[in-house]
Amino acid sequence: MENKLIVAAAPHLHARESTARIMWSVSLALLPAGAAGVYFFGYAALAVIIVSIAAAMVSEWLLQKLTRRQTTLSDGSAFLTGLLLAYNLPPGVPLWIPAIGAFFAIAVGKQIFGGLGQNIFNPALAARAFLMASWPAYMTSFRAPGFDAVTSATPLSALKEGRLQQVYSYLDLFLGNKAGCIGEVCVAALLAGALFLLLRGYITWHIPAAYLLTAGIMHYIFGPSGIFSGDWLFYLLSGGLVLGAFYMATDYVTSPLTAKGQLIYGAGCGLLTVVIRLWGGYPEGTCYAILMMNAAAPLIDRYTRRRIYGTGKV
Amino acid sequence: MIKLSAEFLKGIIKQNPIFVLALGLCPVLAVSTSVSNALGMGAAATFVLVGSNGIISLIKNVVPDKIRIPCFIIVIATFVTIAELVMKAYSPALNRALGIYVPLIVVNCIVLGRAEAFASRRPLLDSLADGLGMGAGFTLGLMLISSIREISGSGKLLGYALLPGFQPALMMALPPGALLVIGVMLGFFNLLKGRKE
Repeated sequence: MENKLIVAAAPHLHARESTARIMWSVSLALLPAGAAGVYFFGYAALAVIIVSIAAAMVSEWLLQKLTRRQTTLSDGSAFLTGLLLAYNLPPGVPLWIPAIGAFFAIAVGKQIFGGLGQNIFNPALAARAFLMASWPAYMTSFRAPGFDAVTSATPLSALKEGRLQQVYSYLDLFLGNKAGCIGEVCVAALLAGALFLLLRGYITWHIPAAYLLTAGIMHYIFGPSGIFSGDWLFYLLSGGLVLGAFYMATDYVTSPLTAKGQLIYGAGCGLLTVVIRLWGGYPEGTCYAILMMNAAAPLIDRYTRRRIYGTGKV
Repeated sequence: MIKLSAEFLKGIIKQNPIFVLALGLCPVLAVSTSVSNALGMGAAATFVLVGSNGIISLIKNVVPDKIRIPCFIIVIATFVTIAELVMKAYSPALNRALGIYVPLIVVNCIVLGRAEAFASRRPLLDSLADGLGMGAGFTLGLMLISSIREISGSGKLLGYALLPGFQPALMMALPPGALLVIGVMLGFFNLLKGRKE
């Protein structure tokens, strides 16, 4: 990263952007959502976030030392991976879960492929899938907001099991007054951070828009009482959809490069999320949908490659 | 004698069927959930390898080239049937645990691969040593993978619980765990190979 000699094709524009700057900006944009999570779930959530980040950074440093590569802790990617992983965990998990998860994210999700930029799957989501498959009991026990740690089902899992007794107002869902993972509950804070990223140009609208639009339309079409009767707003505000659409699916490394490819990719994510949510075994499908589309990203890139000027069909 | 031991030893590390040749991965993925399964599978495969390598080496000059593969398969299938019947008679529990993967040794790439690449063009003793070495390499590799998976995936080794209070990572006992362990091990062996060269 600190290589001073930069050889690139013209035009030679100078910008202050760098990997580190982008990573820290995304982390900054995620801050309000984390703060909201800590506000709703108490210090247990803060402990999960701290352990996850610390474990991710220690793993990154250790593995790069072991393989005798330059340590790249300062570029913020390990910090961001730890942060995102913590946001995808229920607030009450024992603290060894984020520690093992963060190590898995860095070791198996990223460094095994050769480090940042080489990984096929979003490391944080890969780690979440690993934790989900390994310790499902911990990963699916959520608690209601408040400091008294009452276990509660998330709106989506309650709905899936057909026992959604509590009626959630859209405002509650939007502000985060519901059970869920640490970083996904407060949609308002997530959207505020996403707006910052969009305005700075760190993410483009293609993936999130395609993702949310496809998911919303699908949820509207396949409602509980016949076609075109779905409560799409409830579904969009529940679960990890907003966190996934703006912060996970837009990961540079694991998403397609062209605008057209990103639209296809976002639509695929939305489609798979809804399919898993409505007809799959799990109440929430964002994580698996994005992982599956991560695997498809190179293929999408191949089919949406821009034609080199002056070659191919006219 | 030196030549024979070289044929035997190459199967264990230098040409390990699992980690270097990447052959027979299907049963490796399937039965490496516990060390006892791995031992049973390794023993059965070694028996088939030695037997089929020996017979094929003996008949290599009388089998017409065009139909050699069907002939090899019949020889291999004979030994697999023997192995399966013996296992059913003396260790029905193991046979149940391994299930379909015992008859599937017939189409295990290691067995046919060694028949085609080695036994069909080398003398008897060399072929026997090769079969034994490949079988040993297969068994050792299988034991390595299965001990990693059994310890991390169910907290046991050979069925005995190891640490009280250890919460095993369920995934390691499931198919993704097998793919993960084999992938990492293949990478590790490649790394060692790269270092040597």
